[in-house]
Amino acid sequence: MRIPPRQVQTLVVGMLGGATLLTLAVLVFIVVFVLDKGLPVVTWTFLAANPEDMGRAGGIFPIIVGTLLLPLLALGIALPLGVGSAVYLNEYTRETQMTRIIRFGTDCLAGIPSIIFGLFGLVFFVGILHMGWSLLSGGLTLAIMILPTIIRTSEEAIRAVPQAYREVSCSMGATRWETVRKVVLPNALPGIVTGVMLGAGRCISETAAVIFTAGTVAQMPVSAFDSVRTMAVHFYLLAREGISGENAYGTAAVLILAVLILNTVAYWTMHAFIRRKAR
Amino acid sequence: MRLSADKFAQYTFLGIACSAIASLMLIAVFSLKEGLPFILWYGPVEFLTSTNWNPQENQFGVGAMIVASLWVTAGAMLIGAPLGVAVAVFLSEFVPRPVMRVSKPAIELLAGIPSVVYGFIGMMVLAPLIRRHLGGPGLCILSAAIVLGIMVLPTVISISVDAIGAVPNSFREGALALGATRWQAVRMVVLKAARSGIVASIILGMGRAVGETMAVIMVAGNTPRLPHGLLEPVRTLTANIAIEMSAAIGRHREALFATGVVLFVVIMGLNSLAMAVMRRKGAR
Repeated sequence: MRIPPRQVQTLVVGMLGGATLLTLAVLVFIVVFVLDKGLPVVTWTFLAANPEDMGRAGGIFPIIVGTLLLPLLALGIALPLGVGSAVYLNEYTRETQMTRIIRFGTDCLAGIPSIIFGLFGLVFFVGILHMGWSLLSGGLTLAIMILPTIIRTSEEAIRAVPQAYREVSCSMGATRWETVRKVVLPNALPGIVTGVMLGAGRCISETAAVIFTAGTVAQMPVSAFDSVRTMAVHFYLLAREGISGENAYGTAAVLILAVLILNTVAYWTMHAFIRRKAR
Repeated sequence: MRLSADKFAQYTFLGIACSAIASLMLIAVFSLKEGLPFILWYGPVEFLTSTNWNPQENQFGVGAMIVASLWVTAGAMLIGAPLGVAVAVFLSEFVPRPVMRVSKPAIELLAGIPSVVYGFIGMMVLAPLIRRHLGGPGLCILSAAIVLGIMVLPTVISISVDAIGAVPNSFREGALALGATRWQAVRMVVLKAARSGIVASIILGMGRAVGETMAVIMVAGNTPRLPHGLLEPVRTLTANIAIEMSAAIGRHREALFATGVVLFVVIMGLNSLAMAVMRRKGAR
């Protein structure tokens, strides 16, 4: 017996739609679950107080500071490197053996799991370079981790700048460097911002690599050589050691909100960027 | 003067462009330097196949962890690959543009959720469910596979959507003009044309599943023994490193770096495979 193709189609589309709904439902469940349990804990005092008794009481203020400083440092290192790489790949060279090697390296780096970055940071920055478990070690490790993200998004942004812009700039006697600085980069900026947001998002969600390199000290860092604790690490320690379910949920809620905001801003800037280019 | 600034910029950019490859080399060199001597000292075969991990007694076999990683990853892909490809096909072919425009970033948001949150929800919601309805300790291969299956979805979906989107519209129109239904056109033409991209998305998802650490620690139970069923607790390669590193010294620490080397080699293998598959598509 053969089922008519139309009915097969209805059946299959129903199944595919069901899969999509299931996926979206998981997303909604995760976000709602965490916010529902966590948001009641989040008050101004929770955000502005120091943690007490290993996080059982008090707030998460130094942890928020750590969560802000670490991505800032990582981006401060990765952004010039990533955008510079993208500029070189797109503006200064044609497809050669060299660019193929660089792209291959970037792709490989993107696939390496965070625990390997953590191990590397532990040996190299913490150990060999004697930086200890610190903001600096963590920032450098995370910078390498987000480098591929920054390179890729910057490359896409730079590629989206119309060729005519470059030609006009060159025809007015600008050197390549002037064209890059005054024409290409300003026009690619929204796309680069998207990369920054995604990179920051990856930094604040990271746990394993941060524990290995930045440590877990929940105090205000005074210098770049002080250990910091980020929200993801704090959440992990509270939840896994069963220290405080309530404060774990509160931290998770703040963390999820931060990630949601970063991703929405990233998507929104990219969307506005694409729309402007299409015009 | 002007010219030299331009040349200077060019060389600076070239130097910067090498940062990614330089980082990769550094990571490879230092991972190998820390781990390889141990593997050679302990004996590669013994290290990889022995299932006896007992650092107190200088027993460092990661065989059980390799098997655990394989089980968990295979389970994750059994869940994540069909689901992810189904979602990608649905969003690319059977949904009006505006719906796609809202759903895709929403699904990509799944990738932004920290892995500790996935692990925590797996621990609080999924593990108790499994313990109650299927028995066992709850923290087991099955929980880990389900959590990882969800975590690989964004990777599988977004790369598959790109692959399907790259199939020229004339392919679909040709099939439809021959009297195929939309699903027949998708199954016989679009999926065939997008096959290599979809396969690559699955391999990259697999890389993510193998490398995931924190979520797995929270749901897999972490017993370093050979599992005999889906409901038994296991410890993966990644979990082994993360759990023991803080307290490890001497040979023990070296053994953990050696575990990292095994992981590094597996991941590089998977990534190269994915890139080779994608490149074949490019060549065609």
